Amino acid sequence: MVTIDDKKLIAKEKANNPSLAKTIWREIRHDKMALISLVLLLGILITAYSSPLFIDQEQLQRVNFLETWEAPSETHWLGTDDGGRDVFGQLLLGTRNSFTIGLSVTVIAGLFGLTIGLISGFFGGWVDNVIMRIIDFLMVLPSTMFIIVFIVIVPDYSILAFVLIMSAFAWFQKARLIRSKGLAERELDYINASKTLGTPSWKIMFFEMFPNLSSLVIVNMTLTLAGNIGLETGLTFLGFGLPASTPSLGTLISFATNPDILQNKSWVWLPAALLILVMMLCINYIGQAVKRASDARQRLA
Amino acid sequence: MVKFIFRRMLVMIPQLLLLSLIIFVLAKQMPGDAVTGAFMGNPNVTPEQMEKIREEYGLNDPWYVQYGAWIGKAVKGDLGDSYTHKQPVTSLLAGRVVNTVTLSLFILIVSYIIAIPLGIIAGRWADSWADKMIITYNYFAFATPLFVFSLLMLFFFGFVLGWFPTGNSVDVRLEAGTWDFYVSKFKHLVLPGMSGALLATAGTIQYLRNDIIDTKLKDFVKTARAKGVPEGKVYTRHILRNSMLPIAAFLGYEITGLIAGSIFLEMIFSYPGLGQLFIQSITGRDFTVTTAIVMISGTAVIVGTMLSDIILSAIDPRIRIE
Repeated sequence: MVTIDDKKLIAKEKANNPSLAKTIWREIRHDKMALISLVLLLGILITAYSSPLFIDQEQLQRVNFLETWEAPSETHWLGTDDGGRDVFGQLLLGTRNSFTIGLSVTVIAGLFGLTIGLISGFFGGWVDNVIMRIIDFLMVLPSTMFIIVFIVIVPDYSILAFVLIMSAFAWFQKARLIRSKGLAERELDYINASKTLGTPSWKIMFFEMFPNLSSLVIVNMTLTLAGNIGLETGLTFLGFGLPASTPSLGTLISFATNPDILQNKSWVWLPAALLILVMMLCINYIGQAVKRASDARQRLA
Repeated sequence: MVKFIFRRMLVMIPQLLLLSLIIFVLAKQMPGDAVTGAFMGNPNVTPEQMEKIREEYGLNDPWYVQYGAWIGKAVKGDLGDSYTHKQPVTSLLAGRVVNTVTLSLFILIVSYIIAIPLGIIAGRWADSWADKMIITYNYFAFATPLFVFSLLMLFFFGFVLGWFPTGNSVDVRLEAGTWDFYVSKFKHLVLPGMSGALLATAGTIQYLRNDIIDTKLKDFVKTARAKGVPEGKVYTRHILRNSMLPIAAFLGYEITGLIAGSIFLEMIFSYPGLGQLFIQSITGRDFTVTTAIVMISGTAVIVGTMLSDIILSAIDPRIRIE
């Protein structure tokens, strides 16, 4: 029976051990840069994701040869590109697409890396050995080159294929990280107790071990999110990413491969380049705050 | 130690075999084979003739025979012929490899020249204003995608200010071997090199800073201070000796990043190296070249990682136990 005293105790315990979300928020509030970053990033994302409400994508993609390469003006805030398409509209859609893809890759790779890492760390022994040898090998592959090669040889190339290929090369480090923590965790009493009680392994892994590693996963995912967005835009920039019909920030920047555009028509590519830069910095500042929040010794708050 | 080196080198053999097998399978999946690539759109070559050439090149053999033949040749340095450039891949790559290695070395050296002093300052005077500035720079270097930064550098220093040439690895009008030739080579190297180096510092600065902050609280440092060793010497003789060694060992691990970076840098600065050739070959469907470049890069990473592992284990015996 829970007495009033127990309730007080639980409440006190909760106050001393606030949830991760609460600690993160407290940490961000105390770090001015992180707070500014969060507000800025949310502003950018809300604008980008709500843009389909006031931008007609069909009209945006329509080629209009009467208005090619127009400098920024009142009708076209950031000018137009080679097909007379509005750069500002493409910038918003591009931000949305790039962020969505970066986030999908992070989540898919995160889930996969988490599962493999948990299996490797929970079972240990030869299972761990085999998995680690495979990961050791995958880590020494020149991944950017392999991603490009896969993109070229996949028969029906689509956005989904692109996301899966990128994810396929993004999970090793996560798996390794989870595994090393998992190995330490599996020696602890609560796991042994659970094993003795006969709990199935998968249940122990996902419902008992995972909650204790969740902060690690969240920190790692926030920090890799920026990298994944960078890689997506970079690949699209090289011409191996999103098709032209789905604008990414990389699509706009790829105009800059032409020296004339790079030099004289900077309104096409420069805003997208700067926007990527701002987004990456924001995500990293937030990521560092999240990282500090997960480690009591580093907290500022 | 010898045992460790031997075992570590033994691991490399299956890695290389697996790498070559994967690359071979991928090469087979690439749309169109070497013969279609060479003769497609050529009305004088009938499908029957193409089939005959395929037979001659052994393209109709079972995959393991082809793989064996390919590996056998590759070990001897014969990586096949490029169909767009009409020359052996090996000779096509030779000049490119030199350019990419030069660029990579430049990036490595400059990034260490920048990162080591900054890392030491940030670690020694942690939380000072200098440290805060270095951390800010480090955030920037860590977060900025290389291709965005390179484009901005090219735009600003190459076009707006016009300080540096904006493409190629040397002024083609100059004669090879002359003084001007080397000066021009260097000038072409600076912009892509600095773009790579300024971002490549992130890892080293962060590692050095954290390591120095950790080390300076250790007992042996306190002992040195207690003995009256001057503060400067505490750093040079005691702390840095510990913190700097692993940096040398990380060299091999850097190769992965350098290869990925070379693709973007060389494409943006039209610098004729392996990365640029890789993209050109893949868009031109010249897959013999693509395969060769991936194989070379993969081998470089595998060998580099092995060297790093060995150096690290020599410095830190704890790593050897496993």
